[in-house]
Amino acid sequence: MFFSMRPLLTTFATLCALVLAWAPHSQAQSSLVTDISSHLVSVTSDFTGTELLLFGAINIDDKDEGLNRGDVLVVVRGPEKDVIVRRKDRVAGIWINTEAVEFARVPSFYALASNRPVEEIAPPDVLNRLRIGPSRLHFRPVEPEQTSLPFEEAIVRQKSRANLYSDQETAVYFLGDTLFRTTIAIPANVPVGDYIAEFYLFKDGELLGAQSSPLFIKKSGLGRQIYDFAYAYPALYGIAAIIVALFAGWLASAISRKD
Amino acid sequence: MTVYLPIAEISVNLFLILGMGGAIGLLSGMFGVGGGFLMTPLLIFVGIPPAVSVATVSNQITAASVSGVLAHWRRGNVDFKMGMVLLIGGIVGSVAGAWIFTILNSVGQVDLMISLSYVIFLGTIGFLMLFESVNALINTRRGTVKRKKLHQHYWIHGLPFKMRFRKSKLYISALMPLGIGALVGILSAIMGVGGGFVMVPAMIYLLGMPTSVVIGTSLFQIIFVTANVTLLHAINTQTVDVMLALLLMSSSVVGAQIGTRFGTKLRGEQLRSLLALLVIIVCLKLAFDLVITPDDLYSLGAGGH
Repeated sequence: MFFSMRPLLTTFATLCALVLAWAPHSQAQSSLVTDISSHLVSVTSDFTGTELLLFGAINIDDKDEGLNRGDVLVVVRGPEKDVIVRRKDRVAGIWINTEAVEFARVPSFYALASNRPVEEIAPPDVLNRLRIGPSRLHFRPVEPEQTSLPFEEAIVRQKSRANLYSDQETAVYFLGDTLFRTTIAIPANVPVGDYIAEFYLFKDGELLGAQSSPLFIKKSGLGRQIYDFAYAYPALYGIAAIIVALFAGWLASAISRKD
Repeated sequence: MTVYLPIAEISVNLFLILGMGGAIGLLSGMFGVGGGFLMTPLLIFVGIPPAVSVATVSNQITAASVSGVLAHWRRGNVDFKMGMVLLIGGIVGSVAGAWIFTILNSVGQVDLMISLSYVIFLGTIGFLMLFESVNALINTRRGTVKRKKLHQHYWIHGLPFKMRFRKSKLYISALMPLGIGALVGILSAIMGVGGGFVMVPAMIYLLGMPTSVVIGTSLFQIIFVTANVTLLHAINTQTVDVMLALLLMSSSVVGAQIGTRFGTKLRGEQLRSLLALLVIIVCLKLAFDLVITPDDLYSLGAGGH
């Protein structure tokens, strides 16, 4: 299904660009036309990470043209997973996990790019509502009464360290008044799954338009076959792994015996 | 050059993994230990998830042990009868160990228990071996080798079900190797290792087996214990990464072959004191990690819902 979406979106973007070029004054309201360089990232056995190009155009309201083209925010969110955060405390001289807070539906990947610092683009309540920026993700503890703020901060800190959460506040570049582009780095340790790319258009702190498009990060090639086999036939996979090990051991011994 | 590991779900440097496999293989061939107690912490250190490290290392140890056993077998250094008795104990023990592991896991302190049992066992064994082998080395230097009695009788020799182990030149109760096998089985299930580093000193000091036979016999038993652990992990948690295991195998079997030749050239006491030093270094590293303040007090884990 996603294979067909890309040409469709591209066609749509081209159409809008044409509309923009030929009839710039016919638009009554600002809106967004966007796309991603690729909607499918294949994680193959030699995958070392990649960069996605996210781009689009703003259909400008003619009254404001030339004065204020607006601000663009681009967000890429990864699949949500439950996460347990544990805190260590010193007990009898050694560090032991004592407290733990479990959070439901934590994004495994989160990248934000914007043309200027987000605090200048929109008021805090809007940013909070849209969950823009790693610090505004508002993780939901499974047991809500716990004091969870330091645990929430730990998620952002650890995910940022692993390059899974990022915040690039000046990484959206405008080409002329309407076209914009940004790149988002997909690291080698990226979790596979269904992603979503969101584009927001703000003007004077007001949200004027939003677009989202799907993005799929999948294993492929030999790695995918191994992964599928391991999960579909675990017992057979285990036996196969043992046979491989026995054979490898015998082979090494046989080779060295000839010397 | 990097390679993506499908089960661990990360990319790693190919040569780093091959180098680690080769180095650990060399040690495993020399000392007759599977090397899991070194390999597992190393893999975790380079970023492989602990569960995947433990399961994959057991798979790799199977290969290294097969290669090692074949080399020792050609030299007549495997006591198969002793190996089978140890193995029966080992299988019973690993089932019990897996049950204990499940309980610890539900309490949420499995990481701590793994670290603590490493520190306690490696520390005890390492220092005992070091004292013994250094004493033996000093005595041979002085030339005043105390003649050992051919036979020392402890309470152990009063136990029933006596069996004759020709290769090991022993006539002892089968309960002893069964008990040691079971103990090592429990430890290997809890600590995610083959158990050679416990097995080898236990065979030398508790059973009184000759060092030359100990290594081959230990490796023989490890093949089956680690194969069993690999299968259990593949079925229960899907954490065996064949890609990673193959990389480790291909380099470690080469290392093990070289190590085995190296090992036969060294004298028993030298071999034991080197192994003791290695065990103590790993023990101190783990103990240090338990005591020093971590970089980040918080750690993330997968939620269970």
